Amino acid sequence: MAIFPLRIRDLRYQPNGREVLAGIDLELGDEGITLVLGPNGAGKSVLLRTICGLVQPSSGSIVWGEEQGACPAQGVMMVFQRPMMLRASVLHNVALGLKPLALSRREREARAMAMLERIGLADRAADSARQLSGGEQQRLALARAWLTKPRLLLLDEPTASLDPSATAAVELIIREIRTDGTRILMVTHNLGQATRLGDDIVFMSAGRVCEHTAVRAFFARPHSEEARLFIQGELPWRMRFPGA
Amino acid sequence: MSSLTTTVSDALSLLATFDHAVAEIVALSLQVSGGAVALGTLIGLPLGACIAVGRFPGKNVLSVLINGMMGLPSVVVGVVVYLLLSRSGPFGGFGLLYTPLAMIVAQTLLVVPLMAAITRQVVEDVWQRYAEELQLMRFSWWDSVTTLLYDCRHSLLVAVLAGLGRAMSEVGAVMIVGGNIDRATRVMTTAIALETSKGDLALAIALGMVLIVIILALNALAFALRHWAMRRYG
Ligand SMILES: Nc1ncnc2c1ncn2[C@@H]1O[C@H](COP(=O)(O)OP(=O)(O)OP(=O)(O)O)[C@@H](O)[C@H]1O
Ligand SMILES: [Mg+2]
Repeated sequence: MAIFPLRIRDLRYQPNGREVLAGIDLELGDEGITLVLGPNGAGKSVLLRTICGLVQPSSGSIVWGEEQGACPAQGVMMVFQRPMMLRASVLHNVALGLKPLALSRREREARAMAMLERIGLADRAADSARQLSGGEQQRLALARAWLTKPRLLLLDEPTASLDPSATAAVELIIREIRTDGTRILMVTHNLGQATRLGDDIVFMSAGRVCEHTAVRAFFARPHSEEARLFIQGELPWRMRFPGA
Repeated sequence: MSSLTTTVSDALSLLATFDHAVAEIVALSLQVSGGAVALGTLIGLPLGACIAVGRFPGKNVLSVLINGMMGLPSVVVGVVVYLLLSRSGPFGGFGLLYTPLAMIVAQTLLVVPLMAAITRQVVEDVWQRYAEELQLMRFSWWDSVTTLLYDCRHSLLVAVLAGLGRAMSEVGAVMIVGGNIDRATRVMTTAIALETSKGDLALAIALGMVLIVIILALNALAFALRHWAMRRYG
């Protein structure tokens, strides 16, 4: 089933009357890395969770390819900022992604091991996953998601609270996943990362998409006042929370 | 005072000489309670995890019911199993009444709610953290249950131990369905009750000591295992 282009139309999410998503319009082609920027509370995480079906929108539509409907059964995966780590070995945690497939345990572990080689954690395969550092855990989670060969991968601040070299390691893996043919939509607060990784930028504020442009254009000539102030690190409180 | 000291020293000498009657009773106790807890683990742990993970009507009612049954008096369970297994009961044909097997059945019924309730609590907390990611990985309901049971395996030792403690220490159920028959269905607790009423306090105290030592040893083992697991897996 073709899942691109992904078209999001007037997507709203209003729990208890609060406008968390206030009419999102967004279209994603089948290639590249799109970065989602925006102030805290803009609705970035909620948007990602709505796209992968964890949150039911109040109204609006998400059209995958030519078919309207819910999240396709396969092909969309999301990695959270603090990914789940089972109390088990690194290898076990990566192989977990393949559990729903009808594969032998040996086959699952062989594939997981090959993946660990690729992301440079092979020597930690037998260690407990919970004893990995934050950066290593994030790489593990990316490997687990990558192993399922998703068409679209949603990443919610995968490098928040990582040091520069751990961040670089994670970025390298994200690039490889993209080269492998996976479409990536990723939230970040790291503007440098946006220029390093991104093909295009989605800028969100107060539950809306204010801008969707190429990276260069976004930083050179932001259209909206919010984006301009955000880039300068001067977005005032009043504009972050229109109700305040 | 002196009668107490003589009783205790008699009890110790019974243990020191490895009295045959004592050994037989202890062995049967371990078989019956061990069997019940093994069955209880196979039934209670998956049951508790299924309740934690499942979304079905009546889930809360079931949780309350199982929590309530944790405190079920063992004599009540004994009477119910007695009625089921007695000659005129639905399973009377098997002739199980007054056999160790009947005692295992009764103790299993006693420990399943306890083990399921503890498991539900433990697994539910972990499920809250993992639910979304497992859902995204398209885990079936059963795959989630097995994954969570595996993830909680060290904490679930508590459930197994609680079951063992309850099984080893109860008198009512095994007394009713086993009949406390010498060299056939006599276990530690029923022997203690009987010997005390007969006035043979030395044997009663010797058995009581063994019971306490076994339960303490199991708890120490579980503690050490959990401690190791925490260090190993975090
Ligand atoms: N179920 C809900 N009920 C009410 N409010 C919600 C609900 N889910 C999210 N929100 C609110 O929606 C707003 C947007 O949340 P979201 O997590 O998407 O922000 P974000 O853009 O990811 O911010 P951050 O950069 O801090 O991660 C927040 O104010 C949050 O409290
Ligand atoms: Mg967020």
